[in-house]
Amino acid sequence: MNKELIFITVIGKDRKGIVAKISGYLYRKNINIEDIMQKIVNNYFVMAMLVDIKDAKCSLEKISKDLATLGREMNLTIQVQHENIFKMMHRI
Amino acid sequence: MTFTLDEIYETARMILFEKLDIRTTTLGINIKDCVHSNFHTFQDRVYRKIVRYGKILTKEAKQIEIKYGIPIINKRVSLTPVSMVMETHATPEKFKRMAKTIDTAAEESGIDYIGGFGALVHKGITKAEETLLTSLPEVISSTKRICSFLNAGNTNSGINVDAVNMIGKILLEIAQRTKNGSGCARFVVFVNAPEDNPFMAGAFHGPGEPDTSLNIGISGPGVVRNVVEKNPKSDLTQLSEIIKRTVFKITRAGELIGRELAKNMGVPFGIVDISLAPTPAPGDSVAEIIEAFGIERIGAPGSTFAIALLMDAVKKGGAMASGNVGGLSGTFIPVSEDAGMAKAVGKGALTIEKIEAFTAVCSVGLDMVAIPGDTPAEIINAIIADILAIGIINNKTTAVRIIPVPGKKAGDVVSFGGLLGSMPVIQVKNFSSSRFLKRGGRFPSPLIALRN
Repeated sequence: MNKELIFITVIGKDRKGIVAKISGYLYRKNINIEDIMQKIVNNYFVMAMLVDIKDAKCSLEKISKDLATLGREMNLTIQVQHENIFKMMHRI
Repeated sequence: MTFTLDEIYETARMILFEKLDIRTTTLGINIKDCVHSNFHTFQDRVYRKIVRYGKILTKEAKQIEIKYGIPIINKRVSLTPVSMVMETHATPEKFKRMAKTIDTAAEESGIDYIGGFGALVHKGITKAEETLLTSLPEVISSTKRICSFLNAGNTNSGINVDAVNMIGKILLEIAQRTKNGSGCARFVVFVNAPEDNPFMAGAFHGPGEPDTSLNIGISGPGVVRNVVEKNPKSDLTQLSEIIKRTVFKITRAGELIGRELAKNMGVPFGIVDISLAPTPAPGDSVAEIIEAFGIERIGAPGSTFAIALLMDAVKKGGAMASGNVGGLSGTFIPVSEDAGMAKAVGKGALTIEKIEAFTAVCSVGLDMVAIPGDTPAEIINAIIADILAIGIINNKTTAVRIIPVPGKKAGDVVSFGGLLGSMPVIQVKNFSSSRFLKRGGRFPSPLIALRN
């Protein structure tokens, strides 16, 4: 039951294959996607994925670096953050 | 999902586009237990203790950065005031050697600045403290990372004017020995200096602190400016409320990072300093917040009022977000480090007297202010005395970090390099108060000190 949840936030111009590429990477690393949300905010495509990295094949550092590289390739900004920061900032 | 997409985007945006960051994580280390009659043993103990903790700090801070995706800009260490531990070794030569030891230890552990090479002299000065002060030009110019402070007064003791009278000459000497006087950026004189301030150059690990303590400074002038710009029609009560809510969120992030970092390091968590600390980077300016309020240029009439409103809201938001708000928790106006402030000096909008007025409401004092290199020592002392008086009478921390730039006149632009920024040298009135200050002695503790 003990999940380790992180949010992957993707910001940039909308294009084909964003979800496919990121979810493909997550599948290869044995990371489960718990939830996905997306919409246009202030002319940006914004997507947030909630994922569980408890059984991931690599460290959070590696995931973070790989996704940043993937983001650069697709001209997107990808931010990886543990869910605790959102709990602290947005819930009392 | 337990959060809305807007909430997630807000956090990501603050970090990615508005320069929200953990400005500093500063580990306070007690070095009283390192004292030894053999000076080599003493140096060795200090070196080992700094390196041991310094390395833990840099390693764990990196892990936290990765986990939360938030940059931790500076990893620093503050020490027990060095004058206190050097009482039995108080020669200029040994102060210089100890400074070298501390500087090398900081370098070895990946620490960019190490504070505490200073003294608490608010009531009087010991021989060792005087030796430390007079050795500062040599110490600062022969090291890269050492930061020094002097607490020259507090509300309960008044101001040690004899100590203040020493400072101008020391600053002029430091300025002569370092490029563009930049060594003066590593010396701060205070009244009511907090023992847990995480910000350099004035950080030290006070005598009332535990063996170690992790203090952090969180900062997001860009985040605050952004919400102000998005609400151009709010009245002042609404504006205060909007700032308060934003600062609440960023302080909560700071509290999380501080607590978790301290836990991972196995040290007690100290405080979160909620000061708005700018950098020379575009958009990371306190001046730009004030200008977003609707003031043409910081320094214009109304600026003191605006900065009072800003900091009042920052304190309210921060105080609710963390039970451990401490340190300075005012607004920093390090003029050369804040592009908007430096620009306002160049335009003639911001003067030294106006910055002094800001100190009366919520600023910490004169910070990173370049003055002409030929300013006489006694005028520097008088400028310092003015700021310190505001502190003791208003029962708050005030400080001066001022740089007499050799060979430069008012209006000449000077660059201190990197995060220290650049600015036009500010005009200083050249009327002397030396006959008054030369009287020396102590400004007695003010009436406000009698509170029992």
